[in-house]
Order: sequence, then C-alpha cells, then structure tokens
Amino acid sequence: MSSIPAGRIIRFALLSFGALMILAPYIFMISTAGKTQSDIFTSSLALIPQHFYFAENFAKAFAKVPMATLLWNGVIVCGLIFFFQVVVAIPCAYAMAKLKFRAARLMMVLVMLGLLVPIHATALPLYVAFDRMSLLNSYISLVAPFTISVFAIFMFLQFFRAMPDDLLHAARLDGMSELGIVARVIVPNAWPAVTAFAIFSVVAHWNDLYWPLIVVSKQAYATPPLGLMYFRAAEAGDDYGALMAATLIITLPLVAAFLLAQKRFVEGITMTGLKG
Amino acid sequence: MSALSLRGLRKSFGGNAILNGVSLDVEAGEFIALVGPSGCGKSTLLRILAGLDHADSGEIFVGGRDMSPVAAADRNIAMVFQSYALYPHLTAGQNIAVPLAMKRLSRSQRLPLVGSLLPGQREIRTGIARDVREMAGLLKIDHLLDRKPGQMSGGQRQRVALARAMVRQPSIFLMDEPLSNLDANLRVHARGEIVELHRRAGVPTLYVTHDQAEALSMADRVAVMIGGNLLQLAAPEVIYNDPAHVEVARFVGQPRINIIQAQAENGGVGFEGIRLALLEKVANGPVSLGIRPEFVKLSPSGRSGLAGRIERLEFLGSEVIAHCRLDTSGYSVVAKLAPHEARDLIAGMKVGVVLTPEQAMVFGPEGKRLRIADTAGARQESAYA
Repeated sequence: MSSIPAGRIIRFALLSFGALMILAPYIFMISTAGKTQSDIFTSSLALIPQHFYFAENFAKAFAKVPMATLLWNGVIVCGLIFFFQVVVAIPCAYAMAKLKFRAARLMMVLVMLGLLVPIHATALPLYVAFDRMSLLNSYISLVAPFTISVFAIFMFLQFFRAMPDDLLHAARLDGMSELGIVARVIVPNAWPAVTAFAIFSVVAHWNDLYWPLIVVSKQAYATPPLGLMYFRAAEAGDDYGALMAATLIITLPLVAAFLLAQKRFVEGITMTGLKG
Repeated sequence: MSALSLRGLRKSFGGNAILNGVSLDVEAGEFIALVGPSGCGKSTLLRILAGLDHADSGEIFVGGRDMSPVAAADRNIAMVFQSYALYPHLTAGQNIAVPLAMKRLSRSQRLPLVGSLLPGQREIRTGIARDVREMAGLLKIDHLLDRKPGQMSGGQRQRVALARAMVRQPSIFLMDEPLSNLDANLRVHARGEIVELHRRAGVPTLYVTHDQAEALSMADRVAVMIGGNLLQLAAPEVIYNDPAHVEVARFVGQPRINIIQAQAENGGVGFEGIRLALLEKVANGPVSLGIRPEFVKLSPSGRSGLAGRIERLEFLGSEVIAHCRLDTSGYSVVAKLAPHEARDLIAGMKVGVVLTPEQAMVFGPEGKRLRIADTAGARQESAYA
C-alpha cells in the first residue's frame, strides 16, 4: 500500500471541501431539476430524487418558454458585444501601449475613470436615450452600451506592453502600416489575452439580468436570464423543478464553452514564445 | 557620393543628450562597425537611420536622397535586431516572406480570403516562395522553413532574421548586436559568416556592437562612439594603433591601455624619467600618457625601468597578464607578456617596469591626441582621422 503524506491528505481534503461548497448549489440545482413537485417540498433534504422526473421537467421547460429563442438571443448578444469590444479595444490598447502621442496620459486617466463607473450609474440616462431613439426592445439597446469596454482596453494594454518593441520595429521596416501591425502582428499574438477576456465578457453578459431587464420587455429579445424571469412569473406557478431544468439548460452552454476555452487558454499561454 | 551619409545628427531624451551631432559616411559596399559602451547612443543612431525614431536635428542621405520625409517602410533599409524580432506566430518561411509580400503584393491582394482570388497574385506568390527558398539555401536554413521561432535555437533564429533582412535586397543593411544572444563559439563562427555574406551581397552595412573584438575583426572601418560623440572613424589597425582620443584608446584593446597622469612642461611631457617632446603647443599642466600593455616590459632583475611590484599574474595560455604597481607614483600598470618572458615572474616580487617611451601616446587635458616629435619607430600613418 502506498502511503500518502498526511500534509497532502489535509491539503486535498481542504481543497475538496472548498470545491464542494462552491459546487453544492449547482449540484442541488441538477438534483432539483429531476424532482417532482412533491419531492421538492418534502421536509427532508435529499440529493437523489425519489422519482426521476428529469424528462418531464425538461419538457415543461421547453414548452413554457421559447428556449431556443432565448439561447439564440444570448448567443447573438454575447457574440456581438464580444466582437465589438475586441474590435474597439485592441487598436485602442495598441495605440496606448506602443505609440507616443500627446493625449496618451489623458486617455490613461479616462480609462481608469471608466473602470470606476459601473453600469448602474449610467443606466438611467442610457435608458432615456434609447427610449427617445425608440430603440428599446432591440439588439442595439442590448449590445451598444457594452461595445466599449474599458476593462478590455486595460487588460489588452497590460498584455501589449509586454510585447517587444523590436517586433513592431521589424514590422514597420517590413512595410506594414500601423493598422497592418495590429492585424498581422498584434492580433495573432494576442490570442491568450483575447481568450481570457472572452471568458470574462461572455460570462458577464450571458448571465446579465440587470440591463436586459431595463431595456427589454418583449420575449422576442429576451436573453436567457430574462427568460427565466418570465418563467417564474404567474403562468408557471411555483414549478421549481421545471425552473431548475431551464436554468440547467441555459448554464450548460456556458459551462461547455468555458471548459473548451480553458483548454485553448492554457495552450495559448504555453505556445507563445514571444521572445523570438 | 556615399551610399549613406549622416550630417550632424542630434537627439536628446528629456534633456539628456544621446547624440551630439554625429556625422558619418558609408561608402558603397563598405562594412562599418559602430562600437561603443552600452548607452553611448549607437542603437538610437541605428533606429533614427531606419526611420523608427526621429532626430532632433541633422540630415540623413541614402544614395544622395534626403531620407527625412521618407517613412521607415519606404527607406529600403533592412535591419537585424538583437532579439531577432521574428514574428512568433509565423513559420521561418513565412517570416522571410513578409517583407516581399508587403512590397510586391497590393493591399487588396494581401487580404486573407479575397486576396487569393484576385488575378495575378498567384504568380507573385510563386515568385516570393522561390526567392524565400533561394535565400534559405544561401543561409543553409532550408530544413527550418516550416518551423516557428519558438522551435528554433538562437543560432537558427539569427539566420532566419538575417534571411528576412537580406531577402528584399535593401540599399542599406543595419545590424543591432545580432550576435550578442549567441554563445561564444557560435558567435565567432557567425562573425565569419556575416562578413562572407556581406562580401557576396555587397550591401553597405552598419553593424552596431559593444564588443570591440567583433568590431575590429569584421569591419572595413570602425566608428567608435562614446557618450553620443563619434570620436574616431578609421580602419581597425588605425583605431588600435593610432587612436585619436583617450576614450578610444581606453575602449579598444584587451587588456585596457595603461593611462598615466603626466605633466606637460615647456613643450614636453615628463613622467618619472620619461621625456617626450610634443609637436603641438600645449599649456603646461596635466596630460595623459597611454601605453599599451604589450609595450610594457618587466625586468626581473629590477636593473632597468621604474621600480615596482607584481601584484597579480594571469596566465591566459598564449600570453601572461601581469598587474604591477609602481613604487613611487602608486600607479597600477598592466603588462602583456609572452609566456617565456613571464617564466621567472611570481606574484609579489619586485621588478623593474619598462615603459617603452617611443610607443607611448599622449592625450591632452580634453582627451585629444597630441603628437609626439620624432620618436624612433613611431607610427606615422596618414590615415589619422
């Protein structure tokens, strides 16, 4: 029998306990998704459902709300937000990290200030503006406020600062314009940063309830968390089993995407030999 | 008309003068090494030349054409960087192809998908691939073309960087310490290769290094730059044997030249029994006396020369370096001896230190070289810059 050092057992136990604490709600959600209504409201706390009710709950989840529309809206909104954020932030961060211009310091201050202002502070004026432009209940109102991400600028800025200047000098001597450098040198080497940012951005906007709740009142434009709101409403009653099934459905793409991106992310970090 | 000429280049960063009016001419096909200690402004000079940085004042002419309004990309100047600066996401072959693609393909032809559908681009791409293979063959890196920089050794990356710079046949070739990241053996080997490639291509080259051995062994002419000033530009032999400035003498030569403070009096220089007559008129006062270590001889009997003591002996195989201290003045003097001359010497012994006066060089209070009158066998090369 191989003996495992006590220290290692303790460390492992501590980590397992922590992981379990964090995973518990999710696990309980999976369990509840498989329970009948009466199962859920029993006084005992059971992890394994008495009757497996998964199929029925999932069927109800798909029937009560247009799940496909919700997921599609989520993909569209998150995709557009992420796309515009990257398109805006990469050239901006490149200019601030590597080009010398007079307003560089001012821009840095503005970015820092931008990091300090939460969406909640600007929500009302934005809402009024979208209302005046009759843009409520549209993808534009869902996407537009997030297209310029100071967080992305800040993150890429840190990443680009570490890129060797000689690489850019070489590119300029090879005949590339500044935009050419961004497209041909910066972007291909920025994948680790882009992937890392993608995780932050997509998770934040996929799960966002606050902003969609403000600008969207029609189901056709509802994002997944907003869809769950409709679910909870009067028509579904207190059907927690189906609600949990629906929650499981909308979190699954995120979990899957995160696992995939994580693999790429690690690869990205280990494969870039920037000191080339 | 020179292939490249610099006129009075000045540059300062935040009140710190980096270049104090540097002027330099590179003739067609010439290999010039720009050498100096770290921070002397040589890399800044190279960047200004390449168009990556702007001088505060001064002019740059390439083949008689004023380069100040020309962007870096259009100067047709190629550069090899110390870090090689290869694109990490491209293979060696793609790296070498970049400058050609940027030059030969139009903007629309370079577009990722659309570009490959446009007419005429296939022939151009075939031509580029052919030139890349040819250049790779010349530098013996054919087998590396499909590898990325991360999968190559330092020496291989250096070759790829050279190939990328040479492939577009630039009018000027700049190299910024391209060998400093290689190990010592490879460096000596690569020196010979670069000289050979230069001879074959005949492109005027400006080679920046802080390694005097590299500069002296590779270049047609050596430019010594110290503290933002170009102190001397001459053939390697002249730089070594006939330095124009005390800093040049100090920088070039291993071990370093012995510099002794002496007094100028009535048109002559005296130091402990040595007397040299000066050709130029100099005010009485302190001057520097420089004697290369190979012109310092030690007399074990102590019968000739100045009384001194050996502090340390370094055996280097083909030569022995003796560090001595003079008794009366307390100066430390280094002598470079042949092993047979050093056979009877041991550290700590008293010796006579013979400073060969006819080989001595005199530098004025500001460091400028002062000529000595008629010393037997003194070098009288006219190439004094």
